[in-house]
Amino acid sequence: MSEWVDACSVDDIETEDVIRFDHGGKTYAIYRSPDDEWFCTDGLCSHEQVHLADGLVMDYVIECPKHNGQFDYRNGEAMRAPVCVNLGTYPAKAEDGRVLVQVA
Amino acid sequence: MPKRDYSLLGADARRAVEIGLATAEWYHTDVPRKEMKALMQRSDAQAIRDTELLFGAMILFVGLGIALWPSWWSAPFWLAYGVLYGSAMDSRWHECSHGTAFRTPWMNNVLYEIASFCMMRNSATWRWSHARHHTDTYIVGRDPEIAVMRPPVFFKLIGNFFGIFDAWTAMNRMLYSAFLGVHPEEKTFVPESEWPKVVRVARISTVIYLATIALALAMGSILPLMVIGLPRLYGAWHHVMTGLLQHGGLADNVTDHRLNSRTVYMNPVSRFIYWNMNYHVEHHMFPMVPYHALPKLHAAIRHDLPAPNRSIREGFAEMWPALVRQLKYDDYFIKRELPPTAKPYREDFHTAALGTAAE
Repeated sequence: MSEWVDACSVDDIETEDVIRFDHGGKTYAIYRSPDDEWFCTDGLCSHEQVHLADGLVMDYVIECPKHNGQFDYRNGEAMRAPVCVNLGTYPAKAEDGRVLVQVA
Repeated sequence: MPKRDYSLLGADARRAVEIGLATAEWYHTDVPRKEMKALMQRSDAQAIRDTELLFGAMILFVGLGIALWPSWWSAPFWLAYGVLYGSAMDSRWHECSHGTAFRTPWMNNVLYEIASFCMMRNSATWRWSHARHHTDTYIVGRDPEIAVMRPPVFFKLIGNFFGIFDAWTAMNRMLYSAFLGVHPEEKTFVPESEWPKVVRVARISTVIYLATIALALAMGSILPLMVIGLPRLYGAWHHVMTGLLQHGGLADNVTDHRLNSRTVYMNPVSRFIYWNMNYHVEHHMFPMVPYHALPKLHAAIRHDLPAPNRSIREGFAEMWPALVRQLKYDDYFIKRELPPTAKPYREDFHTAALGTAAE
């Protein structure tokens, strides 16, 4: 199991929003849900490799800024065309005011 | 430059991939995240109100048209119904294909299916063609929705104000998909998992049109076709008029929407029919922003965009001579001036595509 990585402060992400996090040559998206839960997925849309952090979070859905494809960021499920391939997901949590993610 | 090859399977398609024009990174005006988040917010209320108004008007106009049929007094009501069916449905198809009209997904999907049928578009195919249009806007050989190819074919452009060539192509493609499967060109942008849906939608549409034709034959009247099918022809003019302005006469093979798209101020009636797609540079740069927030987006980024045309008339006055000139010089296009507050075009990046065409 890989180690927890310190990604950002909890204050860096508004409720119901997303930010980009680059680590180890890969890019991720970290989400803060409407209920202040924390989630992490691959950072690029599985359709055309656009950064999801520029998209819109609605409840538990992230919408890609380029073609409006949608994913459930809790489990990475592709929900709306043109996305067909699910996102990878990674554990995320908040501790002592920091957001930690467990990425490879 | 050699003659453009608009086939999605042709030489220009291969060239676009080779030189990195396909699925490239495009220019975006900087907008603070907080402001963009506010602009992207979805709502059902405005789209419900607009949709009730649209369908209410359609029912009223078609009812009066049928009641007064076959008198010539019915003509104005058919013309009004036709514009809502053959033009307003184009913008509804478009906005719902992005999923931005309503916040509630099923509402987007229902209106999308109805609007696709009215516009004679396969709802499964066109969702993907429009995604490609946004990925590779006016990249020759990649964009399947280039309305004005070079050199322009004027009898087709004018014929399409009455839907003639578009409807002919759409009917042929519908029958092809219904009986032979997905067309080879469509296979380049529709994933294989969606092919059965393409065929199913084509078959459902074919059955509806056959039933309408059968009813017309049984009644000995074209009245059923005046309600279903023909409005795509006699009501097409408005969506063609506004649609040509989107990119007509501007650059192709560039990766900056300020160079290949046009924003035009329009009257309130046209904006209702067109659902604010007159803010076309803004829409292409930020397709997440719903139609009702485009005027606000325009206000937020206009400092970085070429000045909009001030009316449909002014837009045509700019575009039409450029199209005429493209008859002789394929490479000619309008390069619109940026205001001093804008970030300049990346001449180094676009020189190969732009050449000296604007001379």
